[in-house]
Amino acid sequence: MEPHPSVLFLLGASHHTAPLAVREKLALDATRAAILAARLQQTPGVREFTLLNTCNRVEIYGVAQDGDALSVLQNALCETTGVSHAEFESAGFLRHNHDTVAHLFSVASGLDSQIVGETEILGQVKEAYDHALARRWTGPVLNRVFQKTFQAAKHIRTHTAIGAGQISVATVAVDLAGRIFGDLAPTKVLVVGAGEIGLKTVQAFQSRGAGSITIASRTLARAEEAAALAGGWATTLDDLPDAVAGADIIASSTSSPDFVLTRDLIAASVKRRPARPLFLIDLALPRDVDPAAAQLANVFLYNLDDLAEIAEENLAQREAEVAKCRAILAERTAALWPQVAHSLGHAR
Amino acid sequence: MSPLFTDRALLWVSALLYLAGFLTGLGALTRRQASASLRTVLNSFLVAGWVVQMAGLYLRGTAVGGCPLSNTFEIVQFVAWSAMVLYFFVGTAFRLSVLGLFTAGYATALSLVSLLVGRWDVGHGDRIFGPNPWIELHAALAVFSYGVFGLLALTSLMHLLQNWSLKHKKLNGLFWFLPSVVQLDQINYRMLMLGVLLLTFSLGVGAAWWVRDTASVDLPKLIMTVSVWFVYLVLLILRWRSRLVSARFAWVCLMMFLVALMSLGPVNSSRHHEVILVPER
Repeated sequence: MEPHPSVLFLLGASHHTAPLAVREKLALDATRAAILAARLQQTPGVREFTLLNTCNRVEIYGVAQDGDALSVLQNALCETTGVSHAEFESAGFLRHNHDTVAHLFSVASGLDSQIVGETEILGQVKEAYDHALARRWTGPVLNRVFQKTFQAAKHIRTHTAIGAGQISVATVAVDLAGRIFGDLAPTKVLVVGAGEIGLKTVQAFQSRGAGSITIASRTLARAEEAAALAGGWATTLDDLPDAVAGADIIASSTSSPDFVLTRDLIAASVKRRPARPLFLIDLALPRDVDPAAAQLANVFLYNLDDLAEIAEENLAQREAEVAKCRAILAERTAALWPQVAHSLGHAR
Repeated sequence: MSPLFTDRALLWVSALLYLAGFLTGLGALTRRQASASLRTVLNSFLVAGWVVQMAGLYLRGTAVGGCPLSNTFEIVQFVAWSAMVLYFFVGTAFRLSVLGLFTAGYATALSLVSLLVGRWDVGHGDRIFGPNPWIELHAALAVFSYGVFGLLALTSLMHLLQNWSLKHKKLNGLFWFLPSVVQLDQINYRMLMLGVLLLTFSLGVGAAWWVRDTASVDLPKLIMTVSVWFVYLVLLILRWRSRLVSARFAWVCLMMFLVALMSLGPVNSSRHHEVILVPER
């Protein structure tokens, strides 16, 4: 008698299917992830598995000897996380074989993400796989499926525009800075105002290797506090003329009702460093930077609306690429599935 | 020789290869794809076009018994060839994928126009530079410097486009692939230095022979070439002193090249006799 073929499965829930309250319950911290992994290892019939656990999804990819193991797995997940069976039935999903491969390809390529085309998920999938590989939770089937997943995700990234353009205000600003300065390492960033959006912008610039960061605030104490958090220099608004003259990129986000950076101030600063462009990012409402400064040569001014519009355009472009990406992934899934099916013992 | 392998036939093939490279690059840009394979295809067309163009110029050089700079057609072809040589160096060093597209378009335009305007290819006869290799070097360097200024005009155009896109917040399409404003400004500055250096050396060599036979060069040619050199030199000093920077600098570089190109006709037509001086021992 022929042995029963194994099944490649996916059990989980994501932001597409589960409301936030259920996702909060399902989220696995290190302890619960370890408990669940131990349960999976002890479940008879489960031959291979990997746990993908991000803020938007908890997914178990695995190979099981038979369908009975899957209901045991679902019990284990519910018991570990405290989610009721009824909740999981309405918010979770179970996929088999070909559909599991298709889903994983889609997830790793960023098509299933809340922000379409984001790249962080690929790193998270790689991390989840490496974690499972190191503990010998995976086997020949999952190893092959995950390797092919990474290849597919890389192909999508390089051959389509799914990841083109940034889609948050801070990263759009950093992207624009790259188009003005190229390498951001030698640039000097001045952040005027120590509010949340200013600090987020600082983080975005730091992540792209901006050379030096200075934070200017109404009081030196506030500036020093923010500079300590961001790892930069502190100054006050009284020293703005010198700080502006020394900066290449200025992000302003104060709550001042008047212009903090006037046209005359900018013009005087540009005169002191004529060969370098100046990038002004006005993140404040009401605006901090006099719009007339945009008319100065070598000065590039973007306000919140400009940045939001670019982010929206980029998102629309990414979404327009989804159909193309899905077609590519469908081809790759169709090419891979027969090999995986053979490994699982399915009849040709 | 078979008509398939005449100098003009090879130069036609070269122009068509440049055109194929240009269309490949343009197609990639409109689809917003800049994959390594597409860049390889574009560069392959350009390398092939450049090799075939060199073969064509070699045949012409053999026919005229020296560097093929005996009429406007040959000079324009040589300028296109020089620009391509520079692209192979600069394009690799600065990773400017879009520069390949611009250079392809520029070389296509120069090559096709020079081939289509029949009256530009009226020869001056054999051995136009006489037996003096220094005069040949002077001419070749001068035309090569025009190639540099041509590429400078292209990178200046790219600078202006990038500046315009950032100022007007039109960031998609072609603009998405352009290098940064600062990178383009630095490239323009270096290109200007190289062009001025080559032209200065060329004029220095020419001047050393001209003082021995002042009648060998017509006044219009003398005024024109010295004026072009002088304006580029002033431009370099202004850029060095940060008096002319960024978009304004790019505008002047672009306009100046158009003037320099227009000066080629009068310079070429004022060449009325050969220089037959030989170096003194």
